[in-house]
Formats: sequence, structure tokens, C-alpha cells
Amino acid sequence: MKANQISAPWGLMSGSTARPQGDRQGMRPKDAPQTPSHEGLFAHLDLAFKRWLGWHKTFAHGVYPVEHKELTAGKPIRRLPFADELIIPLQQHKGAPAVPIVKVGQEVMRGEPIARANEVMSVPLHAPATGVIRAIGLAPTADGPKAPAIFLKVYQAASQDALLGKRCDPEQLSPEEIIQAVQEAGLVGLGGAAFPSYVKLRPQAGRSIHTLLVNGCECEPYLTCDHRIMLEQAESLIRGIRIALKAAGARRAIIGVEDNKLDAIAHLRAHLRQTDPDGPISVAAVQAKYPQGAEKMLIKALLDQEVPIGGIPADLGVAVFNVGTLAQMGELLPKGQGLIERVITVSGPAVKHPGNFLVPIGTPVRFLLERIGITGDLGEVILGGPMMGMAVASLDVPITKGVSGVVALHPEDPALAARPVYPCIHCGECVRACPVSLNPSLLGELAMARQYQAMAEQYLEQCFECGCCAFVCPANIPLTQYFRIAKSINRDAERRRAGKGSH
Amino acid sequence: MANRGIAIRTSPHLNRVLTVEQIMRGVILALLPIAGWSVWQFGLSALLLLVTTTAVSVLTEWALARAAGKGNSLRDGSVIITGILLALTLPPGFPLWMAAVAAFIGVALGKWLFGGLGYNVMNPALIGRAFVQAAFPTAITTWTPPFAPGRFVEPIPSTLTPPFMQPIPVDQWVAGLGFDGWSGATPLALQRFQHVETPVWDLFAGTVTGSAGETSALLILLCGLWLAWQRMLDWRIPVSVMAGAILSALPFWLIDPTLYPSPWFVLCAGGLMLGAWFMASDMVASPVTTWGVVIYGLLIGILTVIIRLFGGLVEGVMYAILLANALGPLISDWTQPRVYGAKQSRQGR
Repeated sequence: MKANQISAPWGLMSGSTARPQGDRQGMRPKDAPQTPSHEGLFAHLDLAFKRWLGWHKTFAHGVYPVEHKELTAGKPIRRLPFADELIIPLQQHKGAPAVPIVKVGQEVMRGEPIARANEVMSVPLHAPATGVIRAIGLAPTADGPKAPAIFLKVYQAASQDALLGKRCDPEQLSPEEIIQAVQEAGLVGLGGAAFPSYVKLRPQAGRSIHTLLVNGCECEPYLTCDHRIMLEQAESLIRGIRIALKAAGARRAIIGVEDNKLDAIAHLRAHLRQTDPDGPISVAAVQAKYPQGAEKMLIKALLDQEVPIGGIPADLGVAVFNVGTLAQMGELLPKGQGLIERVITVSGPAVKHPGNFLVPIGTPVRFLLERIGITGDLGEVILGGPMMGMAVASLDVPITKGVSGVVALHPEDPALAARPVYPCIHCGECVRACPVSLNPSLLGELAMARQYQAMAEQYLEQCFECGCCAFVCPANIPLTQYFRIAKSINRDAERRRAGKGSH
Repeated sequence: MANRGIAIRTSPHLNRVLTVEQIMRGVILALLPIAGWSVWQFGLSALLLLVTTTAVSVLTEWALARAAGKGNSLRDGSVIITGILLALTLPPGFPLWMAAVAAFIGVALGKWLFGGLGYNVMNPALIGRAFVQAAFPTAITTWTPPFAPGRFVEPIPSTLTPPFMQPIPVDQWVAGLGFDGWSGATPLALQRFQHVETPVWDLFAGTVTGSAGETSALLILLCGLWLAWQRMLDWRIPVSVMAGAILSALPFWLIDPTLYPSPWFVLCAGGLMLGAWFMASDMVASPVTTWGVVIYGLLIGILTVIIRLFGGLVEGVMYAILLANALGPLISDWTQPRVYGAKQSRQGR
């Protein structure tokens, strides 16, 4: 495919009405950084110097994978045309799957709700494009088993104006109204966890949120979509932070950005200085290190506090949101619009024109890669980053709310080379890499001996599967995989015990 | 779009590209200069010793791995390290058949009894050496002079002694070479029994007598530093071994410098350097935790000094390392890191 087909927004759409109105995203960034002013230049040099000295805060341990961010960090967010058919899984968030409210054959307009929130920790879904519901059935997902989804046939010729709800001024809304609006917008954590955003904002019994941490770390290799959001959508981001501050009743917000994105730090600081110099929002540089973007690690780096075992950030009075989530909050809430598209990075050695793209939810990976172009054969396609992302079995898997990127590798990529697995040689690299200070070497030996209960006693549940231990292991032991299996076995056993107890 | 054979792996999808083979290859590379120096210093005998121990180690590994149904265990290269290390810790004129026994015992009892690479509790090379130390006490304390004339032409006579025969006394051979004042004592023995301290510079450069590969502290240090820089060795171990030795030798030396050796002497004489950089640092037999390795290293340093100053042997590194190896799992257990979010340290559990 030719490059110009990608660079032309809405390349395959007919008619100029195709561009949604009132939607700034994806257009030429207005507030992207221009040539730095003298003040900005000094701030930049100061930041760069501190980065060189390693002065920025961080957590203990962690690893430094090759970043590969230069492939896409300079690529502004662009739109892609609509795929012919969008696949919208009902479960795109942690919690109960949404319930369809449309019938097969029904015509829907872009932005119209197509599934309502189930009672438990759920959010609604909105039509990502104008079209007709072709089917409601099972579709492949990145997780493996097929899952219920709505198949939407896109009317390529239709005006793709988004159907907007009631416009409002979030400043005038009460916290409860904001939280309800956040749920109605279908907002979930766009960093990858896809946790319903409204749940984090809702004050829990006996707890109050005093600090909002805004996660701009993006520590996964290849991914740069959050970086671009901070550069191109600073205004929406800041608006979103203000909305979230009000809803949660928090006093301050700290935007934590890894120091490999100095331009984003400088840009956000300059933006805040211009608009609200004495406001509750600040920007903090943190060391570029994987997994700095993990919630618990960011809390450790910025507040020097640890979330207690079995606890949640709210126990410390903290709520953590991804920058992409808050930028969407700032964009969608005033318009009363639902979440119908997201920014993703498509990159990797097998991608011909890597970049950052605004894609409708439900776009199949196959369509993305065909549009953007691949070189050679595909060896592996990962949804998300290579450290924690999922390899897809089928290219018909759609982009969902929690997918932050697509990384494609060649079959001959060294990462895919078969490496023999050796017994643990006790080198201790995993112990020095584990960000939660587990002993993966010991846990791995227990896993091989099927001592799952003993693993639980060694705090296995604290493992959040960041992959650092397996990344550094010279014996190539699939530690993360072992722990994932052990955790699920322990949970099953727990469930069985609980089931027996209640009878 | 071609997607046949698309891989489904679990995360992480990246590896830091440093494999067990690469680590083992790195250690072998780092040992080669030391082995080269020992051949330069002691000639044909040192070369034969290296070849014998390595060959017997490899053969033993091959046979036992086959017997255990773990066919391809030579690929990791760890057994070559065992062979080279063993040769470096033996006297250069050590009879070859005894060296072969040491190599066999080291690999069979020190490694395969426990299940092969990764499962051995102690350093296999040192197990082999400990065995021959007990079995052949005379041969293992018989030293030959460095830089003997004709060392590349004919081996030291004791090298080719057939099994169960007495080697010809080394004194006779040395007398024939025309060495003046050859006492047959290593710097450690000289210091211990005659309170004659060999100049530290000679020890550092390695122009003295001793085991085949332990004489040049400088060379060992350089090779070890390269290995640490390559992240193939945990620098905390050698550093804490050296720190433990210096700190525990210092008070005695301050009390009576005529009776007790200086810390620098302790550091450079005998097998301490080789032990610290290449044997204590054996990953398999050392603790895994960050503070565990520091305690382990300090322990080796302190035990070495105690054995050297008060024990029946002039050298103590081997036993210090074997003892610390045995304590390794316990030390690991004591020094489990405090898990993120845990209020108390795990030690108190």
C-alpha cells in the first residue's frame, strides 16, 4: 500500500462531510510545542541535566528494555479510515460485561449507545461509527476464548458526525453528576487495565481521595500514544484533570511523566504556567524505567508510599489515572459524548509506517496493519506493549478500549528465536529486577515443584505480571507464565474452598 | 496478509539478550588469560593439568548427563569452567592421574549427585579439590618453582607419576635445575612458619610460586573486573570477600605486624583473589538475594582469615567458600527482600 493513503485522513471516505465536527482530536495539533522559548529552553536543559544525573524519582529495582520509541514519538496522531466492519466486544472493561440494547438489523448512529452498563462495575458502549448492526455473537479476543460482541457494518458513505448527548459545563456539575457522566461516557482506564473510571472517582466508605496521580509514564517499549496525547491534547488533559479533581474531591494532582519524554514535561509545565500557575496541578519527572507506569510503582516514586498488601491506592487517599483517560474525560464530558475511539501506537519492526493513530473502537487489527502496511511476514502481533501485552492468535481481534498499541514482529525477530530453557542458576538477576521485591527465583522453583500454597505464602499475589523477571532471566525460565498459572490455580482453590464453606 | 505461523507467546515478549551460554562463555573467556599465565609460568605441566582436568570433567559430565537422561548438558559450557578452575587451584606439578580423580569427583559428587547445572549446593571444582586435599595431602602441598628453565620442553617430573607410585622428590629435580635457596614454601607458608613476608608487589604481579592459576592477583583482578562489567558476575561477591578479608586481618596486623600478615598480603597471597572473583562468585552455589551475597562474601573473607591465622592449614579459601556455599540457602532465606506493601520485614516471620 502507498504511504499517501495513510497520511491522508479519511483516505477511503467519500465526501468532505466525513470529518466529525466539533472534534479536535486528530486534527493538526494546535497546542503542540513550537520552538521553545528561552524560558522553555532553560527548563528543558535543567530537566535533561537532571535526567543525565539520574535525579528523578523512581522505585526500587525494575529493568531497562530498549525503548524503540524513536520510531513513533515524533509522529503526530492521525486518523485512519473506517473498517468495513467493526467488532465491539461487550466486555471491554474490568467488571460485568455490558448488555446490548440494539437488535440485529438496527441502524445506529456514530456515538449512539448500543449497550447499557450491567450493574456491577460496568460501563455502556457506544456505536463507533454510523452503520447497521449485522450480528450479535461470538468474536475472537486477544485473551483467547471467543467472547460476545456486537458486529457493526459501517456505512462508508454516511456522514460520520458523532451523535452528541447533552452538552454541559462540568464546572457546574456536582461530583455525583460528574461521576454519573463519566460512567455514561463509557470511560475506562485507557492505559491497559480498562478499569471503569467512575469507580475510582466514587468516594468509598471511610476513605477520601486527596491526591490524583496522572500517569504519563508509558514505560512499555514502542508505545508513544500517551506521549503524543500529552503533546497534542494538553488542553483536554488539563480539563479532564480538573473534572476528576472535582469529582473525587481531591486537593492536588501530580502528572508523573518519565524523563524520556522531556518535551512532554516541558510542554505541560508551560501550558499550566500560562493557564493556571497557582493551580493544584503539577508535573513531576520520574526516571524512565520499566515498569514505572504501574500504579503502585508510580505511587512509590511520586509519594514515596507503598500500597499495603491487599489494599488499593484509595487506602492511601490516592487515585491514579492514565493521561489518555483524563484527556478523553476532558474531551467527552463537556460534549456529552461516549467513548468511541482511542489513540493507539502501531509500531514494531514489521510495520512499514509506524505511527500514532486515532482509531474507532472495534477496528480489527488486520485492517489496521493492511492500512498502515507491513514489511515481510508477520511473526507475532502483540496488543499493547511487548512487556505486558497479549499476542493475538487471529488478526480479526478488534482494538478495544484497553488496547494502547499494536506491535508487530517479523518471524525472524531475535525476540522470537527459540532459546533453550536451563535450570535456575541462581544469578539473582530476577531478584534485582522485581519491582515488588519478590524472590522470583524461589517462586519459580516452588512453581516447578507445584508448591502453589507455599508460593502464596511467599506473597505471590503481589506479583502483577510485569515480566521483569522473565525479561532478565538468562536461563530463559518463563517465570511470569509460571506465576500467572500458579495465581489462577490458587484462586480456583480459594473459590472451591469458599464454595464448600457456604453450603 | 500472511499470518500463517503467527506466534502466540505469553508476555513478556522481549528478553534481555544474555543467556546462560553467554555467561558461561564469558567466564571461560575471562579464565583464559589466567590459564595462559599459569602455562607461561609453569610450562608444560600446567598445560597438561588444564587439559586433563577439563577433558575428564567434560567426559564425566557427558557420561552422567546421558545416564540421567539429560542429553545435551555440555552445551551450556559450565563444566568447562569447572575443569579450568580445578586445574588453576592445583599445584602445577600435581600428578595428572590425581587431577583426573579430582575432576571426576568434582563433577560426579559435586554436581551430578545434586542433579546437574543449577542444583549443586557447592562449587564442583572445590569439591574435587577438597577431595584430593584429603586423599593426597603430600602431593597437593608440593610446590615447584616458577619460570623453571626448560619448562616448555619437559614437564615437572611429578606430573607424569603413574598411579600409586611415589613421585620423585621435587628437591632433587629443583637441585638439578640449579635453583638457589629454593625452600619449596609458598608465600603463605613462608609468612606463617617463618614470618617472612613476600613483597606484595611480587604477589600482585604473580611471579611467586603457588597453585597453577592463583599467583597473579593483578591478572585475576583484571579478568574479574571485565566479567563484572559484562554483568556476568555479581560484583558484590568479590568486593565483599575482599572487604571481609581486609577488615578481619587488619586488627591482628595492627596489634603485631611481625607475627600477623598485612591485609594486603592476605588479599594478594594464595588463592584469595581467584576464590573471590571466580569461585565465591559461582552463581549456582551463592545466595540469590542482594544482601545475601554481601553477607556470604564477608563470611568467606572472615573465615579465610581465621583459617589462615589460626587453622592447621596455611590456605583457607577453599574451606571458607565450601562452608559459605553450604550456608547459602540459609543466608538467602534470612535475607528475603521486604515485599512491596508489607509492613514488617519478612525476616521476623
